[in-house]
Amino acid sequence: MSNLIKIDNGIASVANDEWALVQLPATQIEERKQAGKVVLFKLTGENPITAEQIADTVIPATGKVIVPLSVFTARNSELASRIAQGEVGVWLSTHELLENLTQQLPDLNVLPIISVFVERFADGRIFSLGTLLRTRYNYKNELRAFGDVLRDQLFFLKRSGFTSYIIRKDRSAQDAIASLNDFSKPYQGAVDEPRPVFKRYNRGV
Amino acid sequence: MYKYDEIDQQIVDERVAQYRDQVRRYLAGELTEDEFRPLRLQNGLYIQRQAPMLRIAVPYGMLSSKQLRKLGDIAKKYDKGYGHFSTRQNLQLNWPKLEDTPDILAELATVEMHAIQTSGNCIRNITTDQFVGIAPDEVIDPRAMAEIIRQWSTFHPEFALLPRKFKIAVSGTKQDRAIIQMHDIGLEFYRDASNQVAIKVWVGGGLGRTPIIGSVIREHLEWQHALTYCEAIIRVFNLHGRRDNLYKARIKILVKALGIDEFRNQVEAEWAHIKDNANTITEAELARVGQHFEAFPYENLPAQDASFDAAVAGNPAFAAWVKRCVHPHKQTGYRAITLSLKPHGEAPGDITSEQMWAVADLADEYSFGELRSSHEQNLILADVKLSDLFALWEKARANGLATPNIGLLTDIICCPGGDFCSLANAKSIPIAKAIQQQFDDLDYLHDIGDIELNISGCMNACGHHHVGHIGILGVDKDGSEWYQVTIGGKQGNDASIGTVIGPSFSADEMPGVVQKLIKVYIQERTPEEHFIDTVRRIGIAPFKAYVYAKAVSTKNEIAA
Repeated sequence: MSNLIKIDNGIASVANDEWALVQLPATQIEERKQAGKVVLFKLTGENPITAEQIADTVIPATGKVIVPLSVFTARNSELASRIAQGEVGVWLSTHELLENLTQQLPDLNVLPIISVFVERFADGRIFSLGTLLRTRYNYKNELRAFGDVLRDQLFFLKRSGFTSYIIRKDRSAQDAIASLNDFSKPYQGAVDEPRPVFKRYNRGV
Repeated sequence: MYKYDEIDQQIVDERVAQYRDQVRRYLAGELTEDEFRPLRLQNGLYIQRQAPMLRIAVPYGMLSSKQLRKLGDIAKKYDKGYGHFSTRQNLQLNWPKLEDTPDILAELATVEMHAIQTSGNCIRNITTDQFVGIAPDEVIDPRAMAEIIRQWSTFHPEFALLPRKFKIAVSGTKQDRAIIQMHDIGLEFYRDASNQVAIKVWVGGGLGRTPIIGSVIREHLEWQHALTYCEAIIRVFNLHGRRDNLYKARIKILVKALGIDEFRNQVEAEWAHIKDNANTITEAELARVGQHFEAFPYENLPAQDASFDAAVAGNPAFAAWVKRCVHPHKQTGYRAITLSLKPHGEAPGDITSEQMWAVADLADEYSFGELRSSHEQNLILADVKLSDLFALWEKARANGLATPNIGLLTDIICCPGGDFCSLANAKSIPIAKAIQQQFDDLDYLHDIGDIELNISGCMNACGHHHVGHIGILGVDKDGSEWYQVTIGGKQGNDASIGTVIGPSFSADEMPGVVQKLIKVYIQERTPEEHFIDTVRRIGIAPFKAYVYAKAVSTKNEIAA
């Protein structure tokens, strides 16, 4: 059974995935750990992606594909016609810079899907990325979370603008759906409901 | 204090249901230990040495008598009949069973309480001055804003899993008592040149392994923007704070690495996008929340009370208590009082169920049914008539709550330490008890005067040792417990971080070391000079020389 949960018109259900995920090939480059500079802070402990990896990435010749951000930017002309047909989505990891995408694509809405990979449950950067994609860059189409995605993140992911979720494969997507509605009346404004509770309800005087 | 409406109640009720299901899944093996950890931590549940520890939120330190009575009941029913007030104004239970924790939370929800975000890498309990609302030097009562920030931060979706814990303190007084310079964000409320409520925003302070005094990121912020400005700060932290090293993950490390100017530029750039968005606080919302914190219907009382004056004159024990435990109040004829949770020889901050019930009764009888917890780990009745003080004192004394040592050497701030906490390198409570016993002479304590002694059992600094006038830090050396001593730390407007005096000591040596530090102070002090001011005037060298020289000669004497 599929492990994809999709929200369509406000209704969440388990759905089949029509997208093929394209991965970068493995690398031999050793891990670099540095900090203290403005940009390096964002990359702390992460492997840099090499030109060889990008060149060696195998993209299926047909069908809908979600390609890594680095491949999308470096091999953009090669993908141009498929992008125009709405057959290309982009995925990025939580430590990658959204600016790398937005500089390449002034209008993100040519992408039918953007997918964010979260390596560890505890990595909350994904929530800020979702928020920025929706509120800063006005992205309107499907926004997906995948990786270490478990049911207890779903409520937060939904509020941060994500509309589909691939639950980690050893867990049931059907069970996880319930957690999308853990709380009925959240206090603060967020992506799914920008108004805080004090602007939605008359809480008396 | 703030009373829940249906929306607040529904949120805590839904939390109980969510947490109950998380515990069920964990016990059923559907969640691994690692997966359950962040979930239970966000509900204040630690797995400790002996048993789990449950930390219950006391928002900005405010409690009703009804809530305290319930806490006493819960400690009796689910624990060993006592609780522990922490340095962040919360209440900790040391012996609950994991299986019982959903029921404990359900009981808490019946009195508008919870354990939401009392641990974990999220926005924690908002803390403030224990004399908030009644202090004569208060310019702005920040409780309504604290409550608005509490609601905003509760289950904030974007900030649910930050690089590390995040602590916000608020203060509206001339003299800071909320250690706002030692928080991830400190909000200092004041009235600006045009008499409007404004906020000076501090960022990147903190104790722990790398103690850093915060920097001012904004001198003037209109109160309406408190939430969006915090959102900008925390978004920059969430995206760029380190996640590869637990010890370098606090915002203070990011602020230090970038420099406050670069950090400010990033925050201001972020804020430019979200300023004036829907989370901007309205006058109506501030007014709605603010009415929960309006002044009590005080009586018009004279400044003096003859029966009180007579009791002070005729009863030295009462007079000693008045001197240390009674504090000024902005309403004529009223006082705030501190109930000491530091009787000599007991764990600092501990309180039995019977004492909780007794304090609840005292609050009902003398202080409008409310009380506060302080970061010094004591309880405060904030609104007591001068004419009631003697009767209150007699009842407090009968319940072991009237040790006249507030602000004195034995009013020790102390974390639970190695007796309970699995993070600790060393025990802290026995050190506190030994020092209290060494200085069990009240006249001597009063002669030593105002001094703050803080003990932490590890680098995480829950006992705030860096800002103690005397700070004691438990360290682990080759598997045994040692204690490093700092002097010259201070909280408040002129906050400073203490300096290590030299090599660490064994537990047995500690009361003697403190004794020697006090001896140097007494020799060197000028009239009316407090310990901290003597240290600042003469430096640490004389203290260091005496403490270590003496230790050597003592050993020589024994050897001889």
